[in-house]
Amino acid sequence: MKRRIVTIIFIAAAFLLQSTVFGRLTFADVRPNLMIVVTASFGFMRGENGGMAVGFISGLFMDLFWGGLLGFYTLIYTVIGYLNGTFHRMFFDDDIKFPLVLIGISDLVYSSVGYLCLFMLQGKFIFSYFLGHVMLPELVYTILATLVLYQVILHVNRRLEAEEQRSASRFV
Amino acid sequence: MKIKNQNRIPSKYILLILIIVCGVLLGAEQFTGGRGPLRLAASYTVIPMQNGISSIGRWMGDLTDNFKTLDELKKENEALQSKLDDMTIDNTRLRQEQYELERLQELYKLDQNYADYEKVGAHVIANNGTNWFNSFTIDKGSADGIKADMNVLAGSGLVGIVTEVGPNYAQVRAVIDDESSISAMVLSTSDLCMVRGDLKLMSDGRIRFEKLPNNDNKIEVGEQVVTSHISSKFLQGIFIGYISEIEVDSNNLTRSGYITPAVDFNNLQEVLVITSTKQDLLNSSEEGKEE
Repeated sequence: MKRRIVTIIFIAAAFLLQSTVFGRLTFADVRPNLMIVVTASFGFMRGENGGMAVGFISGLFMDLFWGGLLGFYTLIYTVIGYLNGTFHRMFFDDDIKFPLVLIGISDLVYSSVGYLCLFMLQGKFIFSYFLGHVMLPELVYTILATLVLYQVILHVNRRLEAEEQRSASRFV
Repeated sequence: MKIKNQNRIPSKYILLILIIVCGVLLGAEQFTGGRGPLRLAASYTVIPMQNGISSIGRWMGDLTDNFKTLDELKKENEALQSKLDDMTIDNTRLRQEQYELERLQELYKLDQNYADYEKVGAHVIANNGTNWFNSFTIDKGSADGIKADMNVLAGSGLVGIVTEVGPNYAQVRAVIDDESSISAMVLSTSDLCMVRGDLKLMSDGRIRFEKLPNNDNKIEVGEQVVTSHISSKFLQGIFIGYISEIEVDSNNLTRSGYITPAVDFNNLQEVLVITSTKQDLLNSSEEGKEE
């Protein structure tokens, strides 16, 4: 129960920061994608189901407030959460490179799908512009934001896990 | 609490179920058009939080404004004063013309095309969090009389149009958004054109105009562009911006170029929503005719 509340707080905080504070802290006219950081991190920390749930809720938030069609971001984020969850077995929490790579790839996948569905299918073939001015700056900024946000998520996750283990051993 | 259920559904199937749910949601949007209860729930949880954050932001912004030096303020005051003098002269001249216009209109029995529209002020509380689109959330909703398709202004220029309304918030799509497309006209010649937002221009806050007929009317850089009378969603005569570049297209039939909007989209904090939509005006004028 506590884990669920903490997870929802994380999603809500990322959503609020991304839509308010980071709107003023843009860098090269882009803002970091905190939602993907949260979704991917919970994915590889908690496994497929956890990632999927977080992705679904994050995507739903985005669809309701930023999206055109309800279900578009939800679909992308659910799948991204799931795919990150499949790397759960390879995850060790003292290594930062592996999460960074996974989050980076997730962001690229998200941007590419977005370009494909929202621009290319409408006949706007601006991939080189999109890559140079939206995708790559977003990737760099997201990775910079990850360095901070990921530490917070990791720390909270460790404490929650320790607490869960303690309460489990007390009952046994 | 942590009892492992032995026969849990494999996550593959959960993923499949969720994908189907998303597919259904995507499809259902076509028929329902709204987000109903989900939107309602969101508007009572997320919007108050966004309100809180943005009011803190506004407070901090005011705080930094307080540290402006006296010198800066004096200079600004001087500039504003001279601008005000110019404006007063302009205003008297325009008012005289206005009286003349009203008199002539009365003679011709013409209706006033656009009176002073009634407006409601609102704060911008959040932007679109993606880097692809430029829309924002304002803190007034259907409870304050806001409806979809209402035009939104800031200062003197057009900002965008209300796309979605919740009880206490509304979403506004900016004119510089990639999906925005407005029927506009050049004020001096009344030539019609299309004003389209473009992702490539979004970061410099410019917009592109297209399909301006390449006729004998000479149109120069710096002319004003306003919303047109044939637009079905935008009220007539709202100022969009100044032409900053214009060139004849390769087909020699049309002209296109760029517009610098009257509004600074990077620091948008307060906006005005016009509380009558074009559809309202059309309906009321039709009713008037039937009588």
